[in-house]
Amino acid sequence: MTTILPRKDVVIVGLGWTGAILAHELTEGGLDVVAIERGPWRDTATDFNIGYAQDELRYGIRRDLFLQPAVEAMTMRNSTSQTALPMRDYGSFLPGNGVGGAGVHWNGHTWRFWDSDFQIADHLRDRYGAGRIQDLQLQNWGVTGAEMEKSFDRFEYLAGISGKAGNISGQIQEGGNPFEDPRARDYPLPPMQMTYAPTLFAEVTRSLNLHPFPTPSANLSKDYINPLGIAMGQCTMCGFCERFGCANYSKSSAQTTILPVLMKKKNFEVRTDSEVLHVDLDASKKHARGVTYVNTSGEEFFQPADMVLLCAYGLHNVRLMMLSGIGQIYDPNTGEGTIGRNYCYQTNAGAQVFFDDKNFNPFIAAGALGQTVDDYNGDAFDHGPLDFVGGAGINCIPSNGRPIQTRPTPPGTPRWGSDWKKATVKSYKSTLGFSSQGSSYPTRGNYLDLDPTYTDRFGRPLLRFTFDFPDNDIRMSNWVSDRMEDIAKAFGGRQYTNTRRKKGWDSVPYQSTHNTGGAIMGTDPKTSAVNKYLQSWDVANVFVIGASAFAHNAGKNPTGTVGALAFHAADVIRQQYLRNPGQPLVSA
Amino acid sequence: METHCLKRPTRRQFLSSVAFTILAGSAAPVMARSISGSLPWEARSADPPVQVKPGGWLFFTPEEAQTMEAVADRLVPADDLSLGGKDAGCVLYLDRQLVGSYGTSSRLYTKGPFMPGLATQGYQAPDTPAQRYRSGIAALNAFTRETKGGKRFAELAPTDQDAVLKDLEAGKITLPNKVDAKSFFNLMLANVMEGFFADPIYGGNKDMASWKMLGFPGARYDYRDHVSKHNQPYPLPPVSIAGSMEWMTR
Repeated sequence: MTTILPRKDVVIVGLGWTGAILAHELTEGGLDVVAIERGPWRDTATDFNIGYAQDELRYGIRRDLFLQPAVEAMTMRNSTSQTALPMRDYGSFLPGNGVGGAGVHWNGHTWRFWDSDFQIADHLRDRYGAGRIQDLQLQNWGVTGAEMEKSFDRFEYLAGISGKAGNISGQIQEGGNPFEDPRARDYPLPPMQMTYAPTLFAEVTRSLNLHPFPTPSANLSKDYINPLGIAMGQCTMCGFCERFGCANYSKSSAQTTILPVLMKKKNFEVRTDSEVLHVDLDASKKHARGVTYVNTSGEEFFQPADMVLLCAYGLHNVRLMMLSGIGQIYDPNTGEGTIGRNYCYQTNAGAQVFFDDKNFNPFIAAGALGQTVDDYNGDAFDHGPLDFVGGAGINCIPSNGRPIQTRPTPPGTPRWGSDWKKATVKSYKSTLGFSSQGSSYPTRGNYLDLDPTYTDRFGRPLLRFTFDFPDNDIRMSNWVSDRMEDIAKAFGGRQYTNTRRKKGWDSVPYQSTHNTGGAIMGTDPKTSAVNKYLQSWDVANVFVIGASAFAHNAGKNPTGTVGALAFHAADVIRQQYLRNPGQPLVSA
Repeated sequence: METHCLKRPTRRQFLSSVAFTILAGSAAPVMARSISGSLPWEARSADPPVQVKPGGWLFFTPEEAQTMEAVADRLVPADDLSLGGKDAGCVLYLDRQLVGSYGTSSRLYTKGPFMPGLATQGYQAPDTPAQRYRSGIAALNAFTRETKGGKRFAELAPTDQDAVLKDLEAGKITLPNKVDAKSFFNLMLANVMEGFFADPIYGGNKDMASWKMLGFPGARYDYRDHVSKHNQPYPLPPVSIAGSMEWMTR
C-alpha cells in the first residue's frame, strides 16, 4: 500500500553538499522543493557537540556518523574472474549518512580540477599522441576550466576556503600553486597557520626546487560570514576532523554554510530517516513521475514531482539509476550501456620519516592543515619520456594524533609487548608523514553494476564493484614514489619508510572516500550518462549531481569540483531548463 | 541511533515540536519526520556517551574474564611507561563493547550466503565478535590445557603466555573447533588496543594512563595558542570527555 503525497516542483534525493546547494538555488527561484534523506537530521549543537565530539572510539572507530552496512552494503571483486562478496563492514572508503552527508565528516581539502582534466582526452592526444592513452577509457567531460571558474569561485566563497591563489587571471602569485588554472580572485580567507611538520615539508621541498603551497582548506583560518549571511568560526586545530562533525562551526558543510538559511524557507521541506527506493518513470521511460520512498516503519510513499535530482553520494546515485531503469547498465564485454561506466578511485601511497630530535605535537592538527606540492600532479610535468599518464599531489597534511589509529612505529617493531610500547612512545611525537594522492584513470574493465546474489533490507540487489588499479596508474604511482623517496631522504631523519602502491585493491584498510564515476558527464550519450549540465540523456527531468559525474579522477580530493558542478547545474536549471521543462538541454 | 554503553532512551524518542510532523507512529527509536520552516532545535536533545561503571561482567564469565585479563596484561605489559592492560580496564571496556552493537555486529551486513572469500574482501564468516570471543577463549584454554600440563592460559608463566601469543599471532597454532588462531589474535589485539587508547569513559585507559604515556592531551578542543610553538612540548595534562583527573570518579 503506497500513500500518494501532494505534488512538488522538485524532489531531491539526499541532503548533503549537492542537495543543499540545489535546494537553496531552486527555492530562491521560487520552486517548491522537498528533499528525502535516508539518514537522520543532524546539526552542530546536538550531534557534533563540543562536550563529546572529540571521541575517537565512537566516531573514528565505530563510525557513528557513517552509513552502516546493515542499511546498505556493497560487494567487491578485483576482476570478473573473481566472485564479488559483500564488504560486510566498510573499510577502504566510508560513505556518509544523514543530513550533511559525507560533507559532515570530510577533511576539507578543496581543489579545482584543471582544464587539462575536463578536456583530458583531447589534451593528452594532442600532447603525446593517441597511442599513449589507448589502454585507458579517458573522455572529455564536456566543459572547460574557463567555463567552470565561476562555479568554483561560488563554492569556495560559500564554504569560506582558506588558501593562497597561485594564478590570478594569468598572473602567477608568489606562495600559491603555480600549476593551477587562472582564477578570477584569491580565496575568501588567507591560509591557515602552519604546524611544524608541514612547515618543515615546505622547507625541504623548496630546497629540491619544488613549489609547496598551503593546501586549500575548508577548515577556516579566520571567522567568516559567507554570502548567505551565515557566520562561521575559526578552526581551533582540535585534531578531530575527518570522521567527526565539527563542534566549532569551523569546517564547511551543509550545516555551517547553507542549512540555517534553507531550513527557514516555507518552500523547502526535508523528510529524514526516509530511504528512496527508486525513481518512478512513466511508460515511455523518458520521463520521471517522482520517487518512491520508505520510512522507518516500512510504509511506502510516492512523492510526485516535475523534476527529480539525484544528490545522494555518487555511488548511491549510480545504484538508484540502475534500480530505476534510467539508462542502460554498462557491459564491459561489449562496451555498451553507460550506467556504471568509468568507475575510478584514487591511487595513493605514503612515506614516513622518523626523527630523534623533533616534536611535531601531532594532535595539533586540522583535516586540511598542511602543504601540497603539485609539480608531479596531472599533466603539470612532461610525460614525453615516461610510460604513463596522470600524476599525484604530494601532501603533508598531518590531520591528527588520535592514538587508537595514529601510532606510527618504525618497520620491524612488534605489535605488542614492552618493545612495542617503547617504540610507540618514542615515535608518537617525532614522526612526519606525507603521501601521494594519485589520479585514477578509467579502463574498460573497471565498472559498477548490480550484484547477482546479495540484496539489501528491501531485497534489492547491492551495488557491485569490479575494480583494480590499472597498470598505468601503478606505474604513475611508483614513479611519484621515487620522487617521494628523494623528499624523504632530504629530511635527514633517522630513517624513513616509503610504501608503494601495488596491484590488488584491498577493500579492508582505509584508503580514500573518493569514489568517482558510474554516471559520468560527457558529450556523447553512447559513452556518458549525463550531459555537461548533469541532465540524464535518457530521462530529461532527472539530473544526477555528484562525483558520479566525473569521467575520471584526478590526483585531488573531489569535493571542490562536486560543489562547482552543483552550482553549474543549478544555474542552467534556473536560467534555461525551467523555461522549457522536460526538454534536453543538449541535443544528442 | 543507538546508545553506546548502557541502554537508555535517546532524544529521538522524545521528539515533539511544531516543527516536526511525525509521519508514522512507531516504537522504533528513530522516526521518519518532516522538517520545514525552521531549524529544529530543542534543549537537552544531545546524545552524549554514558560512563561505563566498573563492577561485574555483562558478557564474560569469570573464567573468560580472567583469560582476557591475562592476555591484556601481555599485550600491554605493566612497566615504567604505564600500568598494564588489566589494570587499565581493557577487559572491562571489551566486556561492555561485546554486549552492545559491536558485539552483535548489529550495524554490519550479516546476510548470507557466506563464502570464504579473498583477503581483499575482508571478514566473511558469520560469527559476531561476541561469538568469536566465546569460542576463541574456550579454544585457547583447551589448547593450553592440552599442551601446557593441564593449565589454563591465565595459569601460565608470563614468558609462556608470550610464547603462546606469538604463535597465535604467527598462525603457528591450530586451535580446536576450527577457531582461526591468527584471526582471533588480531581481534584481541585490536580490541585491547582500542580499550587502552580510547577515552576512559568507555572503561579502559584508566586515569588516562595511555594518553599520559604518549603525551596526547585527549579531549582538549583548542590548540590555537600552541600552533606556532614549533618543536615545543605541549604544557597541559590530558582531559577526558568525562573531565579532568580531579573530576573523575571511578
